[in-house]
Amino acid sequence: MLEDRVAQFRDQTSRYLRGELSESEFRPLRLQNGLYVQRLAPMLRVAIPYGMLTARQLRMLAHIARRYDKGYAHFSTRQNIQYNWPRLEEVPDILAELATVEMHAIQTSGNCIRNVTADQFAGVARDEIEDPRPWCELIRQWSTFHPEFTFLPRKFKIAVSGSRDDRAAVQVHDIGLELHRNAAGETGFRVLVGGGLGRTPLIGAVIREFLPAPELLSYLEAILRVYNRFGRRDNIYKARIKILVKALGEQAFAARVETEWLDIRTRMAPVEPAQIERLQASFPPPDYLHLDADHAAANLAKERAADRAFDRWVERNVMPHRQLGYSMVTISLKPTGIAPGDATDQQMELVADLADEFSFGELRVAHEQNLVLADVRQEQLHELWCRLRPAGLATPNIGLLTDIICCPGGDFCSLANAKSIPIAEAIQRRFDDLDYLHDLGDIELNISGCMNACGHHHVGHIGVLGVDKKGAEFYQLLLGGSQGNQASLATILGPSFASDEVPSVIATILDIYVARRIEGETFIEFVRRVGVEPFREIVYAKPAHV
Amino acid sequence: MQNLLTSEGETRTDDWTLLPRDVSATELPTGDLIVPFRVWVEARTELLARGSRAGVWLASDEQAEDLEPFLAELAIIAIDFPVFSDGRGYSNARILRERLGYDGELRAVGDVLRDQLFLMRRCGFDSFALRSDRNAAQAVSALADFRHAYQHATIDPGVPLVRRDH
Repeated sequence: MLEDRVAQFRDQTSRYLRGELSESEFRPLRLQNGLYVQRLAPMLRVAIPYGMLTARQLRMLAHIARRYDKGYAHFSTRQNIQYNWPRLEEVPDILAELATVEMHAIQTSGNCIRNVTADQFAGVARDEIEDPRPWCELIRQWSTFHPEFTFLPRKFKIAVSGSRDDRAAVQVHDIGLELHRNAAGETGFRVLVGGGLGRTPLIGAVIREFLPAPELLSYLEAILRVYNRFGRRDNIYKARIKILVKALGEQAFAARVETEWLDIRTRMAPVEPAQIERLQASFPPPDYLHLDADHAAANLAKERAADRAFDRWVERNVMPHRQLGYSMVTISLKPTGIAPGDATDQQMELVADLADEFSFGELRVAHEQNLVLADVRQEQLHELWCRLRPAGLATPNIGLLTDIICCPGGDFCSLANAKSIPIAEAIQRRFDDLDYLHDLGDIELNISGCMNACGHHHVGHIGVLGVDKKGAEFYQLLLGGSQGNQASLATILGPSFASDEVPSVIATILDIYVARRIEGETFIEFVRRVGVEPFREIVYAKPAHV
Repeated sequence: MQNLLTSEGETRTDDWTLLPRDVSATELPTGDLIVPFRVWVEARTELLARGSRAGVWLASDEQAEDLEPFLAELAIIAIDFPVFSDGRGYSNARILRERLGYDGELRAVGDVLRDQLFLMRRCGFDSFALRSDRNAAQAVSALADFRHAYQHATIDPGVPLVRRDH
């Protein structure tokens, strides 16, 4: 199938270059192959289905960065990877190379069903109810070149969570699916529809509390059909499914889906148990060793006590694993001075080697734009850290203020109102004291260069949004957003700031938190308790910001 | 130039006349006609009494279900794609074929280009009036752009949902 697709796109590209396809005819075709035309060059977005990569695939991604781009690439908030400098004529060659490792750029853009995303800790998290990846794979297959849903009113994003703590942001997707079990112990999905960020941020509505898992595809088909037929097409800003859900009302929308579903399922059978088993069998647990967990824990404690820097890294970047003696390691792509989510070809090669050596040759991309080695033996953590460190891959800042989610912004993106990467860097430089950052604890800071919200600013504890003010770049600050089970949308603090003011305003916000927090209260808990008003009073009382 | 293509990959000369949306129902030309749905409703009796064939075309904002009472009388149903990126016609096609059981000719008209033929065929279209500046013969190969498909769809409801060869 991938070879067919490469051949098809090679033909389309050459027809375009020969002038047989107009720009407007070629545009949706290249978009469905992940190819944008950006500020400086085309941008190619390659799909990483539900964030899973093998070491071999990562080496190919590194090779492409080296051979066809400028030696680096960008991991996005949708678990994909983006190349910012490919040449249009070479894109078919890139796609052909990707196909040799079963990778592609299909449906990574355009008004179609995009790459389905999931928890980066799928299959290893302690709070998991069921592994979401087999279901993601089922959705991926179903949505690939779906004949009916390739020209939707607008793009369409599906996320699946299989754990108690939602790490896939299911409440802010067009469709969010939460695996859970009913009283009879059967697996099913809670189905949310119409969440999203962008210029109309909304939390998704639950339209079905329990959908038997084998009926997933017929139900998705019903939702998509209602959307395809009745979603608005007259205004690009009103075309997402959330607008349709809002216009009809949640219940009326759910009722239409139900009617459609009852009809579709008379022809579309549930997924057979054997098929589900086969999908599940394609995500086998790796060959874990039986480890002496107590010994490993004691040893790790000793290593942490002996080295403050290692201790910090373990505290922030290492998470407990379901398997005794193993850990999940997040490799931060947020060192100060590098665009959040960027990695060089050499870093990718190194991470691929480390994945082979320490984590069964597999890794994941987190939607927070970091990489994850999911199955590392605790006794090897110190060695892994020593190998990551010289490559700039051991920044101990996961979940901290400097672990910034950030879109490419005005430096690359033609939609952006303002730059976002330099703002991220200025914030990272201002807050470079690790003791202070660790004392602040969990804070999510998200930056978008425009209201399309690729940097998820609405769900950051602190959000930064680039705005255009009479041709100049300004930044609005937002507070109190959050992803996860208690997803909430942030509140705008007030009038926007010039770029050089942003770090000091954030410093003021943090000072208020530090001075007034109660014992053990995280930043987001504090904001929820006191509201935005105390911040407004102090931030806008300063004469410098009048 | 022949710009009519069938799902079997044959090119044909189109002998239907498709009337525009604003045509008057009282001044219909002779010959085989594909009329807007509104005209069908207004002039159905006359169209059926003419002795020539008659069919309807659906605009992208019209619903397939509205044709249900007339399916046995229609010699052809055409679905218009005002621009190829307007995907509503795919849903209308599948509803006609799968829900309403329409088994006559189902034709894609309007901004019909080779890059969409594969999808259209899978949704149940069996003839394609390519945009007038396009050559149907050159588009034949597009019907076979892909050897496999993942989904259940109109033309192959038996396709396995989960493929086994990867």
